[in-house]
Amino acid sequence: MKQRLPLLITLIVGLTLIVQFFSPGLSFIQERFTNWFLVVIVFAFLLGFLSLVKVNITKIKRRSEDWGYSIPLLIALFTMAIIGIGWGIGEGTIFNWLFMNLMVPMSATMFSLLAFFVASAAYRAFRARNLEAAMLLIAATIVMLGRVPISSAGFLSYLKLDAIANWIMTYPNTVGQRAIMIGAALGVVATSLRIILGIERAYMGEE
Amino acid sequence: MGITERLANIDRRIIFLFIAIAVIIPLLHPIGLPTKVSPPVEKAYQAMEGLPDGSYILISADYDPATMPEIQPMMYSLLHHAFKKHHKVIVMALWPQGASLAEEALNEVAPLYDAKYSVDYVNLGFKSGGSIVILAIGSDFSEPFPKDMYGDPTSEMDIMSNIENLNDIDLVIDLSAGDPGIPAWVMIANARFHRKIVGGCTAVSAPQFYPYLDSGQMVGLLGGMRGAADYETRLNILGTATAGMDAQSIAHIVIIIFIIIANIFFFVEKRKKG
Amino acid sequence: MNRYRALFLLALLASTPYVFAQVETSPEGGELLAPPSNFIAEDTPLDNGNSISLSWNLSPEDIIGKTDIEGYIIERSTEKETGYQKIAELPAGTTSYTDTEIENKKNYYYKVYSIGKGGIHSEPIYAGPVIASTQWFNPERTNMLVASILLSLFVLYFIFRARKGEKLYIRPIAGLEAVQEAIGRATEMGKPVLYIPGIMDMDDIQTIAGITILGKVARMVAEYDAEILVPCCRSLVMTIARETVKEAYLDAGRPDAFKTDNIRYLTDDQFGYVAAVDGIMLREKPAANFYLGTFYAESLILAETGHSVGAIQIAGTAMPSQLPFFVAACDYTLIGEELFAASAYLSGEPLMLGSLIGQDMGKVIILAFIIVGSVLETFGVDVSSLFLTK
Repeated sequence: MKQRLPLLITLIVGLTLIVQFFSPGLSFIQERFTNWFLVVIVFAFLLGFLSLVKVNITKIKRRSEDWGYSIPLLIALFTMAIIGIGWGIGEGTIFNWLFMNLMVPMSATMFSLLAFFVASAAYRAFRARNLEAAMLLIAATIVMLGRVPISSAGFLSYLKLDAIANWIMTYPNTVGQRAIMIGAALGVVATSLRIILGIERAYMGEE
Repeated sequence: MGITERLANIDRRIIFLFIAIAVIIPLLHPIGLPTKVSPPVEKAYQAMEGLPDGSYILISADYDPATMPEIQPMMYSLLHHAFKKHHKVIVMALWPQGASLAEEALNEVAPLYDAKYSVDYVNLGFKSGGSIVILAIGSDFSEPFPKDMYGDPTSEMDIMSNIENLNDIDLVIDLSAGDPGIPAWVMIANARFHRKIVGGCTAVSAPQFYPYLDSGQMVGLLGGMRGAADYETRLNILGTATAGMDAQSIAHIVIIIFIIIANIFFFVEKRKKG
Repeated sequence: MNRYRALFLLALLASTPYVFAQVETSPEGGELLAPPSNFIAEDTPLDNGNSISLSWNLSPEDIIGKTDIEGYIIERSTEKETGYQKIAELPAGTTSYTDTEIENKKNYYYKVYSIGKGGIHSEPIYAGPVIASTQWFNPERTNMLVASILLSLFVLYFIFRARKGEKLYIRPIAGLEAVQEAIGRATEMGKPVLYIPGIMDMDDIQTIAGITILGKVARMVAEYDAEILVPCCRSLVMTIARETVKEAYLDAGRPDAFKTDNIRYLTDDQFGYVAAVDGIMLREKPAANFYLGTFYAESLILAETGHSVGAIQIAGTAMPSQLPFFVAACDYTLIGEELFAASAYLSGEPLMLGSLIGQDMGKVIILAFIIVGSVLETFGVDVSSLFLTK
């Protein structure tokens, strides 16, 4: 019973949601389920918060390796929560100021790591090991040049790199992306069926 | 490990260093690599250039700090162009942080052209409500904006004396990072009040606005940093977008050089082993 | 001359009562405006009832730039003659409105009139009766229904064949062959396995796929007596990942080795999460990294950091824009559908494998459709595009 019940719920909910997709008269069902999901998430959020606090307090208590990092984490967590709950989060509040002047620049910093990592990944990945790799290498070089103004500077402008880059992006790239999307969509259908029919149970911790 | 093999597996921090240099130097000292101005930007430029001197331009700053690197350079170039043509500039914002970002640009650009506040330009500030605000200025500016950003009454301002509603505006420019943004301006200011609209947006969202250009609902579009750089090129100024494009160009070249080096070492190593 | 003047005066006199009469018919006095025209009220198509769509043509005086008309008032009643109540006031230039405050299967009557400055308005025009009703089937989705049923039948058919004990061949997927090797390596090195089920919540099918694979990976980890770390970007994912890993340890007969705190929540913030995971990688130096689920801009940041600490990396996602990054920086990448096939593949269960074959047959049909459709369209026959768009 302990295992049957969740499978039964999955089956019923899954089938109902599929049916409502085709029936405007039942569309309220999806709305209701979405709301339930939001309610569940709020409670799960509490669990997440507790896990975060517990893991880090334990680390500090036990003086585990690198426990020092847990202190700023807890301070930041509680400072933002208290300030946000106490004085609001709108324009002109301390919360907003901290968000704009700490959070936004720190996020931007993480994001800009991409510029460096793209370079180091390209250095390793683009090697002409075989014919396919060589083609990839050439296409990548053309697109990299074609997308920036330098392609229309000096002798490079005779190569019409921007037009070739545009062609690569519009045709071969789109074809590849679509093929992946179609394959993935079919995968979604098969996975959903396996889950709804109870064949796939690994997500419930069951083989 | 031979020297070539060691170079083929170069410490990534060396690559990082080169990339950092390639990005920072052009940002500090723009080279001004030639940009071919793309047609949507050229159209936007002509929309502003084609107006008789002293026309009324409305710029709505609908973006926030997160999208500043892409959109703020557009604000600068558009202001340069407008003041150069002695147009009157009315700035407003449908996003809370847009007004102060616009303020930053106005404070820097207006003095260069001796433009005076409340005579040649005004910052009406932020008003919440999105498309409702656009509808409201369609009938009367003073309704949503009785005061400017600093709390001074707009009715006493020189610049607003000839302006009652959107019908008195010669060109509407929306710089937007999302919603409310370009679609609302097109749907109301263009469809209802027949105003000419130029849009500026992030590179990611640019493709979705091309249909508006084709249908003539917009008269120009600046898409992302490239769009901003193109406008700077057209105006012959070296702004941060052009510098950004320089940085991007040089960074791409550096990456390509590294790829070539990696391949040379790879082949040398392969021959040795083979 | 006098005659003309007399005639003119006569005409003026004759028209005066007419003008006054017009004023008198106006409900609240003042001049009359021109009303809108062609007022239509109908049940909103393809909805669950509960709404009626109204549309009309603008009043001839509603011209942009000319401010005679300020807008339109809509009133509703359940009786034709009386009981009208205002339900909406709309700005000039509006030509439609959807009334959602109604009950199903009840008669409604509507009237609309234009209003101008100082409360003047036009004669109303009427529409109705109209009844809102529920549509039980959306004919615009017929094509999707046909496709879904067809695909499902294929999958079910092959599951059925598998159940009957038929041997089914599945091509080897290199990334999945390597899972065991990666976990074995972690065990030998005494380093943990790091598992990231994407950065989205449980309502994303890729997250679900990531969690199903986590079940299999965690079981192997438990059998090998290695350690697994699952930092999560969503609380709900954390809760479910905990259950999944716990059950996997239970199945492997090692419930004592399960550590709850190894599956932990970090933050919902995208780049905050990346920073935290990068930190875990640099401190714990995992020997094997799994990235299976939905990823955005963080994909390369994670994979490059993972590479720099020397981990074997297996990634899988159906996000086309992130696949190139994973392919460049990881040892193995599951592309699109391979992510969804992974759980079935790893389990080796005939029923699960049957569904994969059904899925492939679906692909064959779609390919056939694409080829036939392209040929037909090329020759100007648009049957297929009509079916797909209608």
